[in-house]
Amino acid sequence: LAELLFWPALLFYGEAAVGYLGDARRPGLAGRAATWGVRLGWLAQTALLGVQAARRDGFPWATWAGSLNLFVWLVVSAYLIWGCRRPYRVLGLVVMPLAAVLLLVARAGGGTGVGGASHYSNLFLVLHVGLVLAAFAGFTLTAALSGLYLWQERRLKQRAATVLRRPIPALATLDALALRTVVWSLPALTLGIGVGLVRLVVDGDRVDALVLATAVTWLVWAAYLWLRWISGWAGRRAAYLALAGFALVIVVRLALPATHFA
Amino acid sequence: MRLVLVGTSHHRAPVELRERVALEREQAQALAARLAAGGREAVCLSTCNRTELYLAADDGEQAERDAVAALAELEPEVEHALYRLRDQAAALHLFRVAAGLDSLVPGEGEILGQVRVAHELGSTGALLDRVFRQALHSGRKVRAQTAIGHSPASVSSAAAALAEQVFGDLGGRSILLVGAGAISEQAARNLLSRGARISFVANRSLDRARELADRLGAEALPLERIADELAQADVVVASTSAPGFVLDAATVARAMGGRRGGQLLLIDLAVPRDLDPAIHELDGCYLYDIDDLQAIVAETLSGRRREAERAESLVAAEAEKFHEWHASLDVVPAIASLRARAEEIREAELRKAEGLLGRLDESQRRAVEAVTAQIVNKLLHLPTVRMKEAAAAADGVLYAEAVRHLFGLGEDER
Repeated sequence: LAELLFWPALLFYGEAAVGYLGDARRPGLAGRAATWGVRLGWLAQTALLGVQAARRDGFPWATWAGSLNLFVWLVVSAYLIWGCRRPYRVLGLVVMPLAAVLLLVARAGGGTGVGGASHYSNLFLVLHVGLVLAAFAGFTLTAALSGLYLWQERRLKQRAATVLRRPIPALATLDALALRTVVWSLPALTLGIGVGLVRLVVDGDRVDALVLATAVTWLVWAAYLWLRWISGWAGRRAAYLALAGFALVIVVRLALPATHFA
Repeated sequence: MRLVLVGTSHHRAPVELRERVALEREQAQALAARLAAGGREAVCLSTCNRTELYLAADDGEQAERDAVAALAELEPEVEHALYRLRDQAAALHLFRVAAGLDSLVPGEGEILGQVRVAHELGSTGALLDRVFRQALHSGRKVRAQTAIGHSPASVSSAAAALAEQVFGDLGGRSILLVGAGAISEQAARNLLSRGARISFVANRSLDRARELADRLGAEALPLERIADELAQADVVVASTSAPGFVLDAATVARAMGGRRGGQLLLIDLAVPRDLDPAIHELDGCYLYDIDDLQAIVAETLSGRRREAERAESLVAAEAEKFHEWHASLDVVPAIASLRARAEEIREAELRKAEGLLGRLDESQRRAVEAVTAQIVNKLLHLPTVRMKEAAAAADGVLYAEAVRHLFGLGEDER
């Protein structure tokens, strides 16, 4: 059954990626088809995660591939909240190909099948893996919003005659949305790290490189909020900082199999 | 009944001529009422770009002559600039007008409201009511299904669209006008219509600034005080006749320091320019001058023209639907008579057979009624469909006459 759900999810995400490409060339039908691809793919992946949890008698997030599967689902979920609105469709150009490729990578690593139960409790997996990945999904979207901000800002600075041709969210909207996403994501990361540290202490394990990298990531995103609220950072500077924070998120995700799950 | 259109527009008549046949609402209403006398229908559509008379009458020739005479009464010279269209061509023209395809700026939205008002003020009956309702429907459809009306078509609307591109919803955004001339006011009104608030009007002559500020609900300022209020503004629109810059980059940089990262859009509509081009280099500042805005408008207009091609096919399909409906009017009376005649025969035959049917119980009588009605319906179904098809192919009148002759319809009355 898991296999039967994986392929529709991948197919619909792939269709959405192609659809958004078509929408970028000629807005209209392709964009609507892409949006339905996101919705149907998300439903299939949600069912896949449900089947995995039921068959394994617990959440399958204790492996890097299993957590990657969850990460993709979280990114698409966050995108679904507002990404299907017409001005945000352009973000799908980045989000959906990424989702499709990462889902394929998760499958290659065995993260989309069913296997033995994890030795971690469900509560720990939800509070630690779930929250950290939810935060990372939020940061991924913040980076996408910031990237879009910088692109649109550049077009406005270039005074391109085509600046009004495509419906794109306003700079102020992108800036505010990026801030709001971090406001929700950072507390999730804080809580997720806290739960992980408690377990580390209880089990008497050592702090590994990934924990340190995650702590640095936390610091960068905390600085993001601090600079925005206290020093009045906004716009271009805040967008660059968000991209720097996202670079750390990538490092942590890539380092995961080599450290945490080693 | 024939649909007749007589009118003139910017395609045929220069503004000096158009303004002489342009009518106020009350005048248009009165003219429509006058032309509708004698069982006709009439609508007068009068805007700054066109004056058109739509008539529905049995005698199309006479209706056209009356419409031409009515317009010539307003201005004899207009007769040479009139176009005259009938039936499907007239309907297609109206649909194109409502969709903004016949406008000076393709896709402009104001015309749809003007068509609606003309319809409301007209003396309409079945035909004009139908054609105007369908025109309004196709106008809305074109705007919903194409992007013809999405992009700005003037410099002031491009400025407002840019402001939306930077700030999103303009509700509560603060505007500083520098200069109190007509150009400033036009730009201000465009921003106001999108929810922005005109906070300040700065001008060299404070009296003129007060005059405009009062009209816009803003505060008047002398030019020297711009720098003090700049930190509070989200959009600056400048259009003075000053020979040099009224705002330099250093002043704006100081004001930006107090804005805590917020964006500032500056629109310079003046020639020579009012705003120092170096302002555009400042972080968070976007300065657009008249050339930039004109380039945007030119680009968006070419986009509108591309969309107009798609809109034309939508409008043509609507005109075809109208044609089918209009043509069916010729055969509807013949179809109705045929059906009435058939029903009359059925009922008469049932009455004749009353002696036999009297022995049947209620359910058996109902079954006989149903079977005979079904036979009549089945017999008449194909001729009805064929007559409607023939009507759409312009043979409707011939077919209707043939049916009347073959079935002796209307002979009893004679």
